[in-house]
Amino acid sequence: MAPKTTAEVGGMGHAIKRKEDPRFIRGQGRYVDDITLPGMLYLDIVRSPYAHAKIKAIRTEQALKVPGVLAVITGETLAQYNLHWMPTLMSDTQMVLPTEKVMYQAQEVAGVIATSRYAAADGVDAVEVDYEPLPVVVDPFKALEPGAPVLRTDKKDKKDNRIFHWEVGDRAGTDRAFTEADVKVTQHIYLPRIHVASIETCGCVADFDRVRGKLTVYMTTQAPHAIRTVVALVAGHVGLSEEKIRIVSPDIGGGFGGKVPVYPGYVIAIAASVVTGHPVKWIEDRMENLQADSFARDYHIRAELAAKKDGTMTALRIKTVADHGYADAAANPSKFPAGLFSICTGSYGFKNAFAEVDGVYTNKPPGGIAYRCSFRVTEAVHTIERMADVLAQELKLDPADLRLKNFIPPEKFPYRSALGWEYDSGNYAGALKKAMEKIGYAQLRKEQAEKRKRGELMGIGISSFTEIVGAGPSKQFDILGIKMFDSCEIRVHPTGKATARFGTKSQGQGHETTYAQIVAEELGIPAAHVEVEEGDTDTAPYGLGTYASRSTPTAGAAGAMAARKIREKAKKIAAHLLEVGEEDLVWELGKFSVTGAPQKSKTIQEIAFAAYTNHPQGMEAGLEAVSYYDPPNLTFPFGSYICVVDIDRGTGEVKIRRFVAVDDCGNIINPMIVDGQIHGGLTMGMAPALLEEISYDENGNIQGGSFMDYLLPTAVETPKWETDKTVTPSPHHPLGAKGVGESATVGAPPAIVNAVVDALAHLGVRHIDIPITPEKVWRILKEKGVAE
Amino acid sequence: MGSEIPIAVTVNGVRHQRSVEPRLLLSDFLRHDLQLTGTHVGCEHGVCGVCTVLLDGEAVRSCLMFAVQADGGEILTVEGLATGNGDDLHPLQRAFRDAHALQCGFCTPGLLMTLVPFLREHPNPGDPEIREALSGNLCRCTGYQNIVEAVKAAARP
Repeated sequence: MAPKTTAEVGGMGHAIKRKEDPRFIRGQGRYVDDITLPGMLYLDIVRSPYAHAKIKAIRTEQALKVPGVLAVITGETLAQYNLHWMPTLMSDTQMVLPTEKVMYQAQEVAGVIATSRYAAADGVDAVEVDYEPLPVVVDPFKALEPGAPVLRTDKKDKKDNRIFHWEVGDRAGTDRAFTEADVKVTQHIYLPRIHVASIETCGCVADFDRVRGKLTVYMTTQAPHAIRTVVALVAGHVGLSEEKIRIVSPDIGGGFGGKVPVYPGYVIAIAASVVTGHPVKWIEDRMENLQADSFARDYHIRAELAAKKDGTMTALRIKTVADHGYADAAANPSKFPAGLFSICTGSYGFKNAFAEVDGVYTNKPPGGIAYRCSFRVTEAVHTIERMADVLAQELKLDPADLRLKNFIPPEKFPYRSALGWEYDSGNYAGALKKAMEKIGYAQLRKEQAEKRKRGELMGIGISSFTEIVGAGPSKQFDILGIKMFDSCEIRVHPTGKATARFGTKSQGQGHETTYAQIVAEELGIPAAHVEVEEGDTDTAPYGLGTYASRSTPTAGAAGAMAARKIREKAKKIAAHLLEVGEEDLVWELGKFSVTGAPQKSKTIQEIAFAAYTNHPQGMEAGLEAVSYYDPPNLTFPFGSYICVVDIDRGTGEVKIRRFVAVDDCGNIINPMIVDGQIHGGLTMGMAPALLEEISYDENGNIQGGSFMDYLLPTAVETPKWETDKTVTPSPHHPLGAKGVGESATVGAPPAIVNAVVDALAHLGVRHIDIPITPEKVWRILKEKGVAE
Repeated sequence: MGSEIPIAVTVNGVRHQRSVEPRLLLSDFLRHDLQLTGTHVGCEHGVCGVCTVLLDGEAVRSCLMFAVQADGGEILTVEGLATGNGDDLHPLQRAFRDAHALQCGFCTPGLLMTLVPFLREHPNPGDPEIREALSGNLCRCTGYQNIVEAVKAAARP
């Protein structure tokens, strides 16, 4: 008996329980460090205590005497194979191991290979390195000054520290609009360096089989296929050929963007395995993770907003200095050095906008990756949502009214933004009004006014964000030349069960469940009977991986398209079995039946069996399909968040009393998982708003390189999130879905900052940079004479 | 380095006798010597809580202990919470799945092992108590909310 409803098969929109959970709740997940191979060796890394120094000597004799230590790999070792440098995903270069200089604190200096993790650490302690310190540049503005020491002396023609200058929009038109504006507001906004700090650090087990010439690398990567190609391109000259490279992403303990880049540790482990013929494991510790892996943000933004007296926004002008550290190791699409920062016009109907970004080298770890966002979208949204409040404050308008006045109205979609994006769909006022109603906005404003009279500090902050995710259309989007499509291969087996493989890789998002639901929705095969596989490049079709909220928009769409191809073939088989023409068949969930004779039907399971046992003559056997989905556009999820804070006048502590999040991610595949993604995203939005920052002193020493100093939110700081939704489907995605994993991380920080500034606005406060620590607030209270 | 010390520990009801270096962390002993990889390691400085196991019934951070300190002790790890592959899950395990209290699953074993003794001592906890109990375990995926719900559900099955 075929299931009749999508609920019965666990199709779209149903909160089925996750298929991955049974192994995780039993401790039976398989993460990289859980892998042990026979004869496995261990890599540990010597790191630089200096932010900039010449290496005068590396002495390894003592290390090699340590019991269990087999080898010490230096830059000189790798240089013999021309593997001491590697490209970044932004076509910049970075050292794997140095031969002359170190460029940031905690940079990899040498690798020690030993028979145990403990012996490798002993070996690291015994390696002696002589350094000659060099002048350190930590301030990106000073790095741009004439006469600043040129850091990238490895680049022969490089005469300064500018990596790139990128601009977008109509500069002249925007300047003109500013000249004509009634009101202009300017604000400097700094978004500090932060770290994704996934609870599982990065690592790999590299296993080179000398006889077969095959390299298998189990690694914490969000993009296994792209990594395979990068390894083939970088190490082709030493005989690693792409068909002999297998990258496996096993279970991943959180990614958030930090597991997209290639880190030197992976390359050293691979080189060590190739040289020794043994598997080599490298697992970084937490300090290495925080101190050396790619950071996010570090954007110094100067934003200007022009408007009419009535609050109508007319123009936006932004100048940004992006501190990339020693190398541009962002993971942006190639044509977008500042990522999708050009979404900075947000949810508002600007006629004119112009943005420019200068990337700069400093003596800090390389990076510029996303922190759970789609390539600098957080930076863009923070800017526009802060500027909306700055303008509202200037004009003494309610920030909700100002937003409602300036939203792009629903009938204007698809909407072409001043900076060139075509927003697919949106109903921004709908989301904001729903959030206002849910939180009781008018009442809260009354309460605030009363509290203010009593000297109590309460603030209400709004953020009405627009995201841009699902990269992306091949015309514009590639990484190192590889177009950013994604893929799905479905095989329906004779007994009517299916295996579906995807080019992405879940790091906790629940793909094994949601992808199965997509196949269930399209084919009527119960989700319980759809086995989803990802992350093994020997079996999965090529795809660009999971980041930038792209899995549902690209691979999810590929899943639907592959299923539809299967349905096309199934229809031919059904027509053959039922002895009717294809045009006489109608598809209902899980079966084809004859028009006007519904009792004459064949289920997908019967059809699958026939595909292997009784297929029409002249037709190929089997029931399989592959789809490589090139999205026609990006998707534009949106939402409105309202945050209420109370501030302690004695300590400066900000307490989030309520937080209402209304999200619109189009059609929803699994509402339970979507809610979970939003809870997690909101918490990762609160984290940099109130707690997280990685800073450096003038010598380039990291401040906050452990969990003692780099504070992640615990359950105590995290409020109870109140979530709700509106549904505005994407018109171009085959399922009407948009992606949701990052919306909340992007939307939450400005809502929190706006609430804090709102609580202090009557004291003349207009902006506070994140993280808004108790100390920062207390200093303001003290300065304004209101601290208790 | 140095000489090894013989220890005997009972882990999930199975007695193990090994010789270990005095400096071997309990977390590494469980994960690598006994191949019980359900206990994870996230920071090795006692903040994240993912390495939490029960030693003689009390939650401890196995990364802050040496294996030799567990000599003679009885350890319970996540693998010992449920036995077999059927429905014989611990109520907390079932509640975690039902409430979607896990995403990447990396912090989950430590959370479960923290919460088992907590629920024993607080059979009917409220939200603030639960959040306090969770404050030594970091989770980057869930925002904790569904974990709180799972604990309440496990407490009142």
